[in-house]
Amino acid sequence: MKENDHIETISRDVARTAGEKGRLDGLSLGEGATRAPLMAAKEYMRAGHMACPGCGEANTMRLILKVLGEKTIVVILPSCVGVISATYPNSTFAVPCFHSAFEIAAPTAAGIANALKLQGREDVTALAFAGDGGTFDIGLQSLSGAADRNENFIYVCLDNEGYMNTGIQSSSSTPEKAWTMTTPGGRRGRKKKFMQIIAAHRMPYAATASIGNPLDLMEKIRKAKEIKGMKFIHTLTPCPTGWRMPEDLTAKAAQLAVETKLFPLYEVIDGTEYRITHEPQGIPVAEYLKIQGRFKHFKPEDVERLQREVDEDWERLVAQTRLGGCI
Amino acid sequence: MRILLAGNYAVAEAVRLSRVKFVAAYPITPQTPIYEKLSDMENEGKLSGVMMRTESEHSAMAACISASLTGVRTFTATASQGLALMHEMLHFASGNRVPIVMTNVNRVISAPWAFGSDQSDSLSQRDTGWLQFYCEDAQEALDTVIQAYKIAEQVLLPIMVCIDGFFTSHFIEPVEIPDQETVDAFLPPFSVPTRFDIKEPAYITNVVNPEQYMGYRQRSFEDMEKARAVIREVNQEYKEIVGRGYDPVEAYDTEGADIVLATSGAMTSTARVAIENLKEKGYKAGLLKMKNFRPFPFEEVQAVLKDVPKVVVLDRNISLGKEGIWCQELKAALYPLERRPQVYGYIAGICGADVSPDMIEDMVTRALKSEQPEKLPVWVRRDG
Ligand code: SF4
Repeated sequence: MKENDHIETISRDVARTAGEKGRLDGLSLGEGATRAPLMAAKEYMRAGHMACPGCGEANTMRLILKVLGEKTIVVILPSCVGVISATYPNSTFAVPCFHSAFEIAAPTAAGIANALKLQGREDVTALAFAGDGGTFDIGLQSLSGAADRNENFIYVCLDNEGYMNTGIQSSSSTPEKAWTMTTPGGRRGRKKKFMQIIAAHRMPYAATASIGNPLDLMEKIRKAKEIKGMKFIHTLTPCPTGWRMPEDLTAKAAQLAVETKLFPLYEVIDGTEYRITHEPQGIPVAEYLKIQGRFKHFKPEDVERLQREVDEDWERLVAQTRLGGCI
Repeated sequence: MRILLAGNYAVAEAVRLSRVKFVAAYPITPQTPIYEKLSDMENEGKLSGVMMRTESEHSAMAACISASLTGVRTFTATASQGLALMHEMLHFASGNRVPIVMTNVNRVISAPWAFGSDQSDSLSQRDTGWLQFYCEDAQEALDTVIQAYKIAEQVLLPIMVCIDGFFTSHFIEPVEIPDQETVDAFLPPFSVPTRFDIKEPAYITNVVNPEQYMGYRQRSFEDMEKARAVIREVNQEYKEIVGRGYDPVEAYDTEGADIVLATSGAMTSTARVAIENLKEKGYKAGLLKMKNFRPFPFEEVQAVLKDVPKVVVLDRNISLGKEGIWCQELKAALYPLERRPQVYGYIAGICGADVSPDMIEDMVTRALKSEQPEKLPVWVRRDG
């Protein structure tokens, strides 16, 4: 038997797609975007992928890959990303991609990072894309292990607040009282404060990011690329399908989440130093809720309760920022 | 160099000699000494790679898969519950066609909790697409791990090398350790290229349709079949270079025997003593040592047993609702023969329970005396 003649026996195909260069549409990047050195000319998310129209995940991945460029190996999981990345023989990604199993984004990326190190190929970034289910729930143990070992890769949580790929079921990231197919009367549990869990690992770099603020997101990815060790980026990725929302409201929902302080943008260095990277306008949370069908049963007291919680969390974050000594 | 060594340490030596670059592991009794020994080697600079101390066996296997796909030689070891926890990833490894070598130190699976040797952990992984080899002693374990890398990297399927917990894993025996130059002459550096080529980006483990999926399964099946020849060639080469070797089955005094005892793993050593005793007492008894479980050596088994009237299969495992697993496999291998031997199934040594030469002699003489095998396997227990 010849060496390597079995390589083709696994799904390995250079993808055929509608076009190498995807169209740059959807988001307005705001002033200065065209001058931003963060933006590579090339797209590494190809056009013709299989996301629902207006998918926040697809947009997030696209921006991230533009920053990381061609020397990237992407790990994905069974999730919406698994579907977005297309079926054989196509591939949405113009970089090598490995569709791993559900609960192991972190050790899979760590295995790649270690092998790259052994081969002296540390200029290549190992990048894991996992959903909230694969991060907050089933993948938490393996993520924690990788963080503890400070493995050298970037972990991006694409948080759409539910198991959207299997048809909108509740995860521990789903907001309290939100509608899903498994919480038709509203979820009882409260959304896990995941960044606190992450910070407790004291990894070199963790941050929240949003396509509502694409330059901030890309700057954080650029930083993460430079830092050795484990990097965690928590992105809130609006999902028109699961959030019961018109598909042209994705960017608006992402921006409202930030500007209402519901999803503040900040960084945590070594688990202790907090830094807010965008001063939110403080728009009422009701503005964010009302464009989404999953909250349509909310009573005024539900909105008030959430508003209180958001305000308290924000104050806590600001206090933490001061404790960390910088704002 | 010939030194006294426990089986677990012999495995660690084999990993070092195979120039493994990436080890990911999690401690579990009775595998832990392998992990500890490899850690010592790493600490002393004798291991030329990276050790990843994972938070679970599931993650250890996940990391071995992706590191292997990236293009480095990988190793892990586990046992019992750890192997059960890995189950999903075992399928994932063989489906991704990665040449990982793993040592499983056979240990009983709970409940109730216990720790002794029992092959049910690995035998119940038989349909995961891994090649499985069972070793009789520490020397065989060392040699088999080295051979396994050469086989796995040719057929692109992962290999599990099994040894019996607390027997082979912990018994201290004289072991001949080949020197590095000898092993280098036998085993080339890892030759499977990275599946993650930046210049020619590919999507590994894409979503496929049913026809395509079935095609991949068929390819894997065919390559498992091709492994039979590769195993023979590799063993032959190992014999030439290193001076020892092991066939998929070993037949001892089976020709013209009235009865043949079939065993696997460490119990084979005890069986050798029992067979000698029986022969001294005038019985025409032979021994069939079964080393390879996947691919199952059905042709070799047929060749040895085709003219034998009775076969006793000794199983240190049990498939509830059927019988011992080696017994099932052996019966299935004999089925195509026109004249089939009677097959007697005995269950003994579950969870490392004592199996002495006299107990084995009793099984053989009992089978010789009976007209035909009982419907259900016979349980042989000291307290029963
Ligand atoms: S269900 Fe939501 S997250 Fe999934 S592809 Fe559709 S829009 Fe994107």
